Amino acid sequence: MWEYSEKVQDYFFNPKNAGMLEDASGIGEVGAIACGDALKLMIKVDPEDERITDARFQTFGCGSAIASSSALTEIIIGKTLDEALKITNQDIADFLGGLPPEKMHCSVMGYEALRAAVANYRGEVWEDDHEEGALLCKCFGVDEGMIERAVRNNALTTMEQVAYFTKATGSCGTCVEGVETVLERTNAAMVAEGLLDPALAFVAGGAPVVPAHKQRRSPIAPPQPSSSRMTTVQKIRAIEEVLEELRPALRNDGGDCELVDVEENRVMVRMSGACVNCQLAAVTVQGIQGRLAERLGMPVRVIPVTAGQ
Amino acid sequence: MKAVYLDNNATTRVDPAAVAAMLPFFTEQFGNASSMHAFGSDVGAALRKGRQQLQALLGAAFDHEIVFTGGGTESDNTAILSALETQGGRNEIVTTAVEHPAVLALCAWLEKSRGTRVHYIGVDARGRLDIEAYRHALSPRTAIASVMWANNETGTLFPVAMLAELAHEAGALFHTDAVQAVGKIPMNLKDTAIDMLSLSGHKFHGPKGIGALYVRRGVRLRPLIRGGHQERGRRAGTENAPGIIGLGVAAELAKEHIEEENTRVRALRDRLEQGLLQRIGNAFVAGDTENRLPNTSNVAFEFIEGEAILLLLNKAGIAASSGSACTSGSLEPSHVLRAMNVPYTAAHGAIRFSFSRENTDADVDHVLEVMPAIIARLREMSPFWDGKNAVQSGFAPTYA
Repeated sequence: MWEYSEKVQDYFFNPKNAGMLEDASGIGEVGAIACGDALKLMIKVDPEDERITDARFQTFGCGSAIASSSALTEIIIGKTLDEALKITNQDIADFLGGLPPEKMHCSVMGYEALRAAVANYRGEVWEDDHEEGALLCKCFGVDEGMIERAVRNNALTTMEQVAYFTKATGSCGTCVEGVETVLERTNAAMVAEGLLDPALAFVAGGAPVVPAHKQRRSPIAPPQPSSSRMTTVQKIRAIEEVLEELRPALRNDGGDCELVDVEENRVMVRMSGACVNCQLAAVTVQGIQGRLAERLGMPVRVIPVTAGQ
Repeated sequence: MKAVYLDNNATTRVDPAAVAAMLPFFTEQFGNASSMHAFGSDVGAALRKGRQQLQALLGAAFDHEIVFTGGGTESDNTAILSALETQGGRNEIVTTAVEHPAVLALCAWLEKSRGTRVHYIGVDARGRLDIEAYRHALSPRTAIASVMWANNETGTLFPVAMLAELAHEAGALFHTDAVQAVGKIPMNLKDTAIDMLSLSGHKFHGPKGIGALYVRRGVRLRPLIRGGHQERGRRAGTENAPGIIGLGVAAELAKEHIEEENTRVRALRDRLEQGLLQRIGNAFVAGDTENRLPNTSNVAFEFIEGEAILLLLNKAGIAASSGSACTSGSLEPSHVLRAMNVPYTAAHGAIRFSFSRENTDADVDHVLEVMPAIIARLREMSPFWDGKNAVQSGFAPTYA
């Protein structure tokens, strides 16, 4: 059983503002039934001062999804649209006395629905049709913008946190590399803006092999920086050893992998045989990356190159 | 409010008779069965009785075919790892996509760390095994086929006797994870080709922390845990005497009640299931209703989410479980429901009710009384429901 705060339980068992809102002036819909949660937020806005006079929700989801939706309506009623847009998912979680880490995506869903409803009222095209960035996690329909906002609003610095807050990477795992890139870039920007301690910023590579939602909850010890003393030749030898260890498993599946080049922390490999076009190739690359990082004691980035490169 | 416990596939209450039988072995009869004095020999006799009680429940030919372990997971691990060592040159495993994590996580680890090839046989929409794929996957490279007897989430039974014979035709050993089946359906292992079987005490009113691996006489076993000579060298460690004695009593009681399980308990399950389907629309049963444990019902309610249902059930004093993503901390519905391709409109709203002989008609009445309101309440809040119908059109249920 989840440890829900009393307020989460109260807002689930006795939700306020559940149901349809007739003649809503703005509607925001996020999530999907296939993803396990979805929220339809309806707001009524006074055109005089753009104040939200009423709000209702319909939610498909777990206890904390329903509680977060209800809390959101309570928070925004009486606020102007500009005031409402200053709310972040953390405000929703705080209002409820906190949410279990694995459930933070429920508050993010509320935050995203609010943005969608306001955009709908203002006649703007909601960004969720992925104009602002590529759809990164196809399983849960998460785009770059949503990840960036969640990372910034909550100062996320690990892939596990990104999965808890957005669900991205939580299913097939093929988007791990893309999400890592966004997390790394966003953290770097936050460091540059003085919003994040550089020591905490995420660096891609050296990530654990397991998909984020299956990772241990305890922090993972950073790799020992032993490789700084390794020469390039030593690195190449170590990489070849790791690939040799992994080769039997790859060959069992009818594939193979060979080292092409090493540039600092970037390891170029060529996947061949059944690994080419394999839907799980990205997972395999992640696995190789994890093993290499472990062996070299430094974060590395494994980059598959196509034949001829 | 009386609590209604319908989560017996998760665990059961230890039968008071089993507890009573165990208690003296914590206090007066605390001896080590290996000791050369009266304290030890009393315990030794009690352990033999426990072994024979379990032998009787399984219909095993010999009591020494029973190896006591720390539970179902240890038994599964022992069986599979042993087969990879004793089946010289054979290093493939055939199993199913819907096994318990005790088997699946071990197989995934073997694939990764030892390069073992594992074949995962799929199921159809009712959870029935793809027998052709199973037959096709068996080969001279197969060390062991490991197929669960009954699925923990849906109760679906696999034809393990026949699957064991197919495995033998390929020269492979056959193991079944029968943790959910033992004590719920009659068994006569001596009339089957099953080589190894895993079971767990706490699933049939025995204590937790005790289980067993049945190993057919003549099948070689490499121990998972090495040390002492206990269990004929097949599982080292001082015997868990209270656990074995409790398990023995639970086995004897299960054998006595096996007919009741398949008549009265089955009728309770069926009445609940039919009652729910009559009272609540857009709901269907997940699993093979023709070949199913008598105690298990998995009902999927469309357009709502399982954790929310469980929270409201819990408030009404009813304990059940769900294969929904949100209850487990995972982000996806259970691997069993996904393997069955349960429609996505319902996969998140699947609720498992699992009975035992301790359940009564009043329990069923209580669930039937509160469930329609719970489902209606959550559907009213769901954006995919307009009060009477699904908002999304074009949905055609594929289940009866």
